[in-house]
Amino acid sequence: MGTMNKTFTVSIFTENTIGMLNRITIIFTRRHLNIDSITASETEVKNVHRYTIVLRTNREQINKVVGQIDKLIDVLKAFVHEDNEVVHQEIALYKIKTTELKSNNVEQVVRENSAKVLTVDPDFIVIEKTGHKAETQVLFEKLKPFGILEFARSGRVAVTKPMKELSTYLKELEIN
Amino acid sequence: MKTTELKITGAEAVIQSLKAEGVKTIFGYPGGAIMPIYDALFHHLEEVNHILTRHEQGAIHAAQGYARTSGKTGVVFATSGPGATNLITGLADALIDSTPLVCITGQVASHLLGTDAFQETDVMGISMPVTKWNCQVTKAADIAPTLAKAFYIASSGRPGPVLVDITKDAQFEKLDFSYEKCTSVRSYQPKPKLNVDQVQAATKFLNEAKKPLMIVGQGIMLSNAEEELLAFAEKTGIPVASTLLGLGAFPSHHPLFVGMVGMHGNYAPNVKTNECDVLLAVGMRFDDRVTGDVSRYATQAKVVHVDIDTAEINKIIKADAPVVADAKEALTVLADLVEKQTHQNWLDEFHQAKQKELQVLSENREKEFSDELRMDLVIDLLSQKTKGNAIVVTDVGQHQMMAAQFYQYNQTKSNVTSGGLGTMGFALPAAIGAKMANPEKQVVAIIGDGGFQMTLQELGTMMQNNIGVKIIILNNGYLGMVRQWQQMFFEKRYSFTDIQSPDFTALAASYNIKGQKVERQEDLNNALDQLLNTENAYLLEVKVAREDNVFPMVPTGASVAEIRLQ
Repeated sequence: MGTMNKTFTVSIFTENTIGMLNRITIIFTRRHLNIDSITASETEVKNVHRYTIVLRTNREQINKVVGQIDKLIDVLKAFVHEDNEVVHQEIALYKIKTTELKSNNVEQVVRENSAKVLTVDPDFIVIEKTGHKAETQVLFEKLKPFGILEFARSGRVAVTKPMKELSTYLKELEIN
Repeated sequence: MKTTELKITGAEAVIQSLKAEGVKTIFGYPGGAIMPIYDALFHHLEEVNHILTRHEQGAIHAAQGYARTSGKTGVVFATSGPGATNLITGLADALIDSTPLVCITGQVASHLLGTDAFQETDVMGISMPVTKWNCQVTKAADIAPTLAKAFYIASSGRPGPVLVDITKDAQFEKLDFSYEKCTSVRSYQPKPKLNVDQVQAATKFLNEAKKPLMIVGQGIMLSNAEEELLAFAEKTGIPVASTLLGLGAFPSHHPLFVGMVGMHGNYAPNVKTNECDVLLAVGMRFDDRVTGDVSRYATQAKVVHVDIDTAEINKIIKADAPVVADAKEALTVLADLVEKQTHQNWLDEFHQAKQKELQVLSENREKEFSDELRMDLVIDLLSQKTKGNAIVVTDVGQHQMMAAQFYQYNQTKSNVTSGGLGTMGFALPAAIGAKMANPEKQVVAIIGDGGFQMTLQELGTMMQNNIGVKIIILNNGYLGMVRQWQQMFFEKRYSFTDIQSPDFTALAASYNIKGQKVERQEDLNNALDQLLNTENAYLLEVKVAREDNVFPMVPTGASVAEIRLQ
């Protein structure tokens, strides 16, 4: 029963309280689960924060984890989704030497990968690419020959495909 | 309810908040960072009683004993740093055994937070995994609303411990105090609504059952569902087994009561877990000590699982009919819907097996230990003498399992033991708390020689406050349960389980507590009479057979059907 490992996106809506991140992550720690990526920000509703956590595990395990997260006092609601149930995106920044611009290949790589140049400094340029992890990884491999001075990739942000809005959930919670 | 007072200190607000919550007894230990609160308490000693324990662990276990025998929320005071860290074991114990506590810790002044100040520790971080909720307060104005929320969260839904850490500057700061009880928290649904579909599915299984078995846990007591359980059981005729913490929820002398499940539970309810066609679990969480090998647990049965905590459903055992609800509410509704039935032949099988079990165990012990004193004899006699009506507080180990097997609990909230965490040293302070909550009742602490030595400093608390707990130390000179496992699974290599003890009665005497030591069977009767008839505290040390073992036993990794009688 659900023992195959897959990538899951966990979306957690919480009150804006100190230590929330810690409360959430210790539930993964307890079960010896490693988080692949995590992002957090305020949602469309003021003072309600959204944590998006991506990890690989099996369905049985993730259901239990999400059950325990949902139980946290300051958690409004926690959901778990598979990749096909969310629209998700990551952002990556690549810093390379400005001198590499002389090579036409850099321009070609940027064009072909729908990336953009964010800034040009006398010493370095910063290229930005948003997309799925696999897509930002492809660009990483392509830019590698030019020498990547620095690279950073964000965690996943995701919105869910089902249409029920967060505000609907919040209303249900207020009524209860 | 709203109370208002102008310009008082945060510390005074703490005491006023506790009074507004109806708190009568606090267990605690003062120190630098909580001194303003203790100073405020000093002015209210006529309304609020405070018990000074000898260690913060003692304070929190006492609050647990108080909470579990009264149904009220236990309250603890401790200072910052070591005071707070000494609470951690009790917090973990209370969390896993669903005990409502509000622990208030002092903290260094807010401008010192994070600076490694004297007696500063990250109490929030340390206590987060072992509390239902925790919160740090740095402003006096936040004290009342935070404590109101703390009491609400601790006692509602599945109860648990809450810690509120208050910085020293917040304790000194002045505020206009008003107190309003908390009745809801937006992000927290303590009482799930009973789902009609779930109830109907459960009813169908129960009505069709030919060999049903019910296992009840502490959830019955936490929701005060004892009467509803009785009515439901009598209508359906379903045999009632109990978990360790559920003992007392259903009277032991009732014909439908068939004993305890689990590793050292009774033979029949364990074996028949794997024979029943419907397993109804109410207010219990399928602990691994209950289930043995999960993959071979009740696989033939339709499982109906009633629990207030959604996260418990399907956590260990998949429920064919989950009912997420308060036990009292669920049993009331189910009792209306189920058909009246009897299962006499099925029930008789349990009772016949019980007779056989007792006979085999007793014959084996008599053969091996002949005229020696034994744990089962002491507890059996205590049970007879108190008619199963005493509050029995046990520690952890062999004596704990013996008490669970041989004490015939007939009163609800009369069984206090550290179940989930298995905290040695729990019993003495917990018994102190139980006695504070029930001064008119007989409170007996049954403790091993090992566990007693972990928190024996609390004899001082008993002495100073004249707390009449009756202590029975079952002394076999070993850390008995570990020794039993070494005998059974480690070829008798008794690695560090042989333990020496002081002269317990002399120790008690030094605390002005009377006592005696018995070593012969013929002295037991009088000694127990003396223990029970003494008005004040009493310590009875019983030298019991050194290498007695607890049976029945489901060895680790075995199925409940593979329970051994020897």
